Amino acid sequence: MRRPGIVGSALAGTALLLSGCGSASGGDQDAAQLLVWAGTGTGGDALAEIAQGFGEELGVDVKVELVPGDQLQSSFVTASQGNNAPDVVCGAHDWIGNLVQNGTIDPIQLVGPDAAQLQELAVQAVTYNNQVYGMPFTMNSIVLYRNTDLVPEAPATMEELIATGEQLVAAGQVTEVLAYPVGPTGNPYFINPLYTAGGGYIFGTDAEGNFDPADLGLSQPGAVESYTRIGALGETGQNVLKRSISGDNALSLFSEGQSAFVVEGPWQLPNLAKGTIPYAISPVPGYEGGPAASPFITVDACYVASKGENKVLGQEFVTDFWGRTDVQLAYQEAADSVPASTAVLEEISATAPDIVAVADAAAASGQIMPSIPEMAAVWDPLGKAQAAIIAGADPQTTITQAASTIEAAIGG
Amino acid sequence: MARSTADVETTRSAGAPPPSPSGKEVGLTADGTGSPLGLLFKILALGLFAAVAVFACIPLIRTERWVWLAVVVVVTVIAFWVYLSPRPIPLKYLLPGTLLLLVFQVLPVVFTVSTAFTNFSDGHRGSQEEAIAAIEGASLQRVPDSPVFSLSVATQGSDLAFLLLDPDTGDTFVGTEDGLDELQGADESDGTITAADGFTVLTTAEVAARSEEVATFTVPTDDGVIKSQGVSIAYVGAPQQTYDPACDCITDAVTGEVWTADGDVGSFVDADGNALAQGWQVNVGLENFSRVLTDPTIRASFLRIIVWNFAFAIITVVITFALGLLVALALNNSRLRGRTIYRSLIILPYAMPVVAMYLVWREMFNTDFGLINRMLGTEINWFGNTASSMIAILLVQLWLGYNYMFLVITGALQSIPADLTEAASVDGAKKFYSFRTITFPLLLVALAPLLIASFAFNFNNFSAIYLLSEGAPFSPDNPAAGATDILITYTYRLAFGGAGADYGFAAAISVFIFLIVGVISVVGFRQTRALEEVN
Repeated sequence: MRRPGIVGSALAGTALLLSGCGSASGGDQDAAQLLVWAGTGTGGDALAEIAQGFGEELGVDVKVELVPGDQLQSSFVTASQGNNAPDVVCGAHDWIGNLVQNGTIDPIQLVGPDAAQLQELAVQAVTYNNQVYGMPFTMNSIVLYRNTDLVPEAPATMEELIATGEQLVAAGQVTEVLAYPVGPTGNPYFINPLYTAGGGYIFGTDAEGNFDPADLGLSQPGAVESYTRIGALGETGQNVLKRSISGDNALSLFSEGQSAFVVEGPWQLPNLAKGTIPYAISPVPGYEGGPAASPFITVDACYVASKGENKVLGQEFVTDFWGRTDVQLAYQEAADSVPASTAVLEEISATAPDIVAVADAAAASGQIMPSIPEMAAVWDPLGKAQAAIIAGADPQTTITQAASTIEAAIGG
Repeated sequence: MARSTADVETTRSAGAPPPSPSGKEVGLTADGTGSPLGLLFKILALGLFAAVAVFACIPLIRTERWVWLAVVVVVTVIAFWVYLSPRPIPLKYLLPGTLLLLVFQVLPVVFTVSTAFTNFSDGHRGSQEEAIAAIEGASLQRVPDSPVFSLSVATQGSDLAFLLLDPDTGDTFVGTEDGLDELQGADESDGTITAADGFTVLTTAEVAARSEEVATFTVPTDDGVIKSQGVSIAYVGAPQQTYDPACDCITDAVTGEVWTADGDVGSFVDADGNALAQGWQVNVGLENFSRVLTDPTIRASFLRIIVWNFAFAIITVVITFALGLLVALALNNSRLRGRTIYRSLIILPYAMPVVAMYLVWREMFNTDFGLINRMLGTEINWFGNTASSMIAILLVQLWLGYNYMFLVITGALQSIPADLTEAASVDGAKKFYSFRTITFPLLLVALAPLLIASFAFNFNNFSAIYLLSEGAPFSPDNPAAGATDILITYTYRLAFGGAGADYGFAAAISVFIFLIVGVISVVGFRQTRALEEVN
């Protein structure tokens, strides 16, 4: 079990030393250089390529460093503290609260010629404490994918979806009514459409539209009512939601034909296109006669680092170059993402119907995922509570306990 | 380093002239290094050391970390003195190991312990000055209905100037540190000023080269200040919240709210006790430690967690050792054919990335779609019940761990002289009796330190729990502590699961865990010594 640790630490130490040397020897500022950090993956590769256009236009060097997405935020905060920050960082909008409280990003003015083309929800997502902090370029939200061989028409309500799914199970055509990611410890991101459809919310907003950490929706009666309905769909109820289905296996259940429905994000579109199941996209439906089911919308944006060495270029890149419609269109085409710009969306409406369907579903009922730092205290306890309720625990006591745990974490 | 030392010493014993008795002579050959190869090694090693030191100094100077710079210089001087002077012979052997020990063992412990006395966390990372800069910067609002200028950065002599064009009215201005003036006779093209008398308009590359100057350059006006955004746009902005050193407080110009600095918590706090998000790092004394001891959720779950933590680590060590021993004994029989193949196959899982293995096993334990339930024809919710969750975790630990034990036991078995057991069998001892009284105690002597190390490792085996069960099952009334949480996963959730990372608190808990594991290790090694004396 015990692995040799000293070799690893020595390697890490050497790497650290070498990176220190690298940044020291690269500190030659005669040729102006813009340094951008982004997450690895298709999006990062696309960004790295398109960002070079900025360098060509302005006659400066552009260097894009790709960091694994789950480490990007903490690496950026640590680098800012150590004065090794990049000039620009690109990542999810829900980092803004934490990045601002650590003094690592600067507000920007959305005054460029194409700023009016940005979707209102995208701008709302990057607005924090009445200040705009980033230039949005993609929007993600979960949708319902259905197997059109088995279900030609999109279900209008959750009841209809479940009835269809149960008929298909009874007929032996599928084994699962619905592939809805829950996981052993829950997933509040995925459950949000059902949670909001039952009348719940996570954080309320003040008059100016800012999320208010003092207004925790989980301690409201709506949360208990909503989770009572989720519990009824759970393992001891209709057995539609189950902990054995998670983000890891939901899509394979769909693409192997075991479920006619799956709730997943647009990041699965490339995988679905590779598969053989014919699919169509519709919003995650709400309950009959109830409020709309709102999926969380997350927005990817580029931010100007407060402690970057070349802030002028960072500002120019984020506020001017990255906001331009032609750049955002190039990014969309390279990364196959859901664009934040309405102009880009119009441009691709004929060629990428799936992307448009996801964007329409988000625009119809989506809500911005809270970006306040307090949201970090919500995920874990709420997920556990959700998993417990789906397993059959009493919604009233479970949600009340989760709410008080979260309140204690926010207060403390 | 170590190599050059060895060379130095062998050369001397080979009959090189003894070191100068005065002890003042310092130089490459002062300690008697005579052979060209030895000298070459020494020159290369010291040269490499000096090169690394210089590389380390450059970023330290750039970020103005004088204390660390002094440390690097002192260490370098010591290293050169040790290897160039004839006197400190013991140090020549000790220095490399001591330096590595300090860097990789002692320094992290010192950092952790010192962090435990601070409020270092998200929102409390830097100094008060940095917090003030962040608050003022974040509150800089564009003045409503003010124009957004098209900007050309220019120089007048050596001073910066902003040449501004209001795209709505077509008016042109020049902004300097002293204020805004109208500009006459400027050449315009494409909505920007391209030239003006007495000014040199800078290219983008030239602006970027003076980035810091341009980014902080402001033109004072009646409404606020004109600031640049990038190279081609400027706007009128006014900081809504400003710091006043007289009262050590932040005042909001619009709402009139006042937040006063509170040095005890490292935040600006208003009259109602609400703090601004941007705070700074302060010393909080023993607060993190007392929080560990008084936190109600910690007190409620601590005993249960620590019992399972011990059970998890001990059982893991015992079962992996037992299975490893059985397999090693079986494969140690020289009459068995294809032993090498069996041994290689058994070691195979040890060669796989642990993280991936944990994830694969987690999927195999899935209630409805996992391989294990399908094979057994059961519907056990493995991570949904306390007992089955623990069993599942221990099974995975066994699979991942016994091959390592097998490896070390095989090695130890082969080092036990065969004549001991042969002598026993000549004396009429049965196979099992000679194993129990001779082989096993000798094995334990050799392996006890490894078992203690394995225990200490598993006591803090974060990934085993976090990647398999995440601590599940959780009781509905306590989402903070799961039934299979060990101390390290539980405290990870406490320190990093709340509103941002709380390094100070995490460090305090680490100190407690360090004490627990440290005490056990010391006691364990004492016992090992007793074992050796018996034999």
